[in-house]
Amino acid sequence: MIVAKRKPLNEIADMVAPYKKVAVIGCRSCVAICLAGGEKEVKMTVSALKVKNKKEGRRQEFEALVVERQCEKEFVKEVEDKILSSDLVLSMACSLGAQTIGDMYPDHLCFPGLNTGFFGVPEEQGVWSEKCVGCGNCIIHTTGGICPISRCAKSMLNGPCGGSSNRKCEVNLDIDCAWAAIYDRLKLQNRLDLIESITPAKDWSASHAGGRRVYVREDARLTPHQKKGREAVQ
Amino acid sequence: MKAGSNLEKVLESGKFAVTAEIGPPQSANPEPLEHHAKMMKGFADAFNLTDNQTAVVRLSSIASAVIIMRESVEPVIQMTCRDRNRIALQSDLLGASALGVKNVLCLTGDHQTFGNEKGAKNVFDFDSVVELQVFDALRREGRQVGGEVIKDPPKVYLGCAENPFATPYEFRVSRLAKKVAAGADFCQTQAIFDMNMFEKWMDEVRARGLDKKVHILAGVIPMKSAGAARYMKNKVPGMIVPNEIVDRMKNAKDAKEEGVKLCVEQIEHLKAVKGVHGVHIMAVAWEEIVPKVAELAGLLPRPKSE
Repeated sequence: MIVAKRKPLNEIADMVAPYKKVAVIGCRSCVAICLAGGEKEVKMTVSALKVKNKKEGRRQEFEALVVERQCEKEFVKEVEDKILSSDLVLSMACSLGAQTIGDMYPDHLCFPGLNTGFFGVPEEQGVWSEKCVGCGNCIIHTTGGICPISRCAKSMLNGPCGGSSNRKCEVNLDIDCAWAAIYDRLKLQNRLDLIESITPAKDWSASHAGGRRVYVREDARLTPHQKKGREAVQ
Repeated sequence: MKAGSNLEKVLESGKFAVTAEIGPPQSANPEPLEHHAKMMKGFADAFNLTDNQTAVVRLSSIASAVIIMRESVEPVIQMTCRDRNRIALQSDLLGASALGVKNVLCLTGDHQTFGNEKGAKNVFDFDSVVELQVFDALRREGRQVGGEVIKDPPKVYLGCAENPFATPYEFRVSRLAKKVAAGADFCQTQAIFDMNMFEKWMDEVRARGLDKKVHILAGVIPMKSAGAARYMKNKVPGMIVPNEIVDRMKNAKDAKEEGVKLCVEQIEHLKAVKGVHGVHIMAVAWEEIVPKVAELAGLLPRPKSE
């Protein structure tokens, strides 16, 4: 899932200050799971903004809304009238949701209410951790199912750096050294022979380094005829 | 001879090598480098020029190398993967070789959050193992990592670092084995304070026959004060400083003298460890002490370079 954090309230308040009518739109997908931009967080943010405005004597109108998946046009369409009747959309989805609204209504302002962080997983209640950088060429079958590119601060492909103490990362002592974890996992799996095979220079062209990525599945695309038919139904 | 450097000649002829470290200044002033080169000339076979160590911006290691070569002192340039991608690393290797640099130490590099540009974007296109592998192919076959074969490849003697004291310990000999397989000719270790632990690591290194494939230079740091010992014990990632050493520095009447004495004892000890082919003296911000340490440890005179 995509893990995000809400921006600090003051930053949001400054961002939206010039606009009278603000539609605050959350998302029920990833950002709801990471407690950043689901229905509850949208409502809490709107209340906090109203309280702040009351204290500071500012008049603004806020509407709290939430869609199923803000990165998909069909769900955004459901709140189109609310978007168009507002002066500003404050998206409480990840940046993908905010950009979807922006792309659908390019003459309408849509600002981000969240800082989008990473591809990660919920580890326990209230804890999310990064486990993938989307490099486009997965190698975790060689590393005990643990991604060293996202989980090592230096994205090392051939073992641990010389800075690790107590099997923790030198950059953040609360985080396990990815290569200590890989070692343990491979040992458990009886695959320690893997640690001495050299992983050569990685081809980063499948990652963002190769430019913006667009994946196309020709067999899944609609023909122009099908597209027309679908538009007619809508 | 791969590069024909003085360090290569000393090591390949089976002599006990000495390297030391010069930290480039945080300025555009070449004088500290010239000063240290003049002062330490003849007291070690080659001198490492650190590459923005601990991610603090300093005069570049390649430029520093050229400055000390003007004083007829041989450099080992450190090249980290933190700040340069494969285009820049290969380009700088060609450039360094063209300028007459013959020894290169391949390092992954300290993370930028330790330095004075914490907001920097790091690169880490390679890690040190890949860097070695790429540089080795470039020097042997003139083949770049992207496949292009070039004329007049760089002539360099390649080194690596290894830290027997960082976790996971079980990985440390394997890590050296990978660096050797990737093309390392010599290896400078992290500073050794825990001799037992180092010897255990060396036992395993010898058992794997790695000491026959790579020249191991044992790292030492002469300490100026008890504070330095405590700092290294508590603050430097992946370093082990036993309590006895901290106490010895703390109880010393003259800490500097004790630091030198300790370092000399450590070198004497390391000289006797089978498979150790030299020492690497890292007198961090205390370069002035290197001649004395070298002399008292019986490392002089250094073999004459032709």
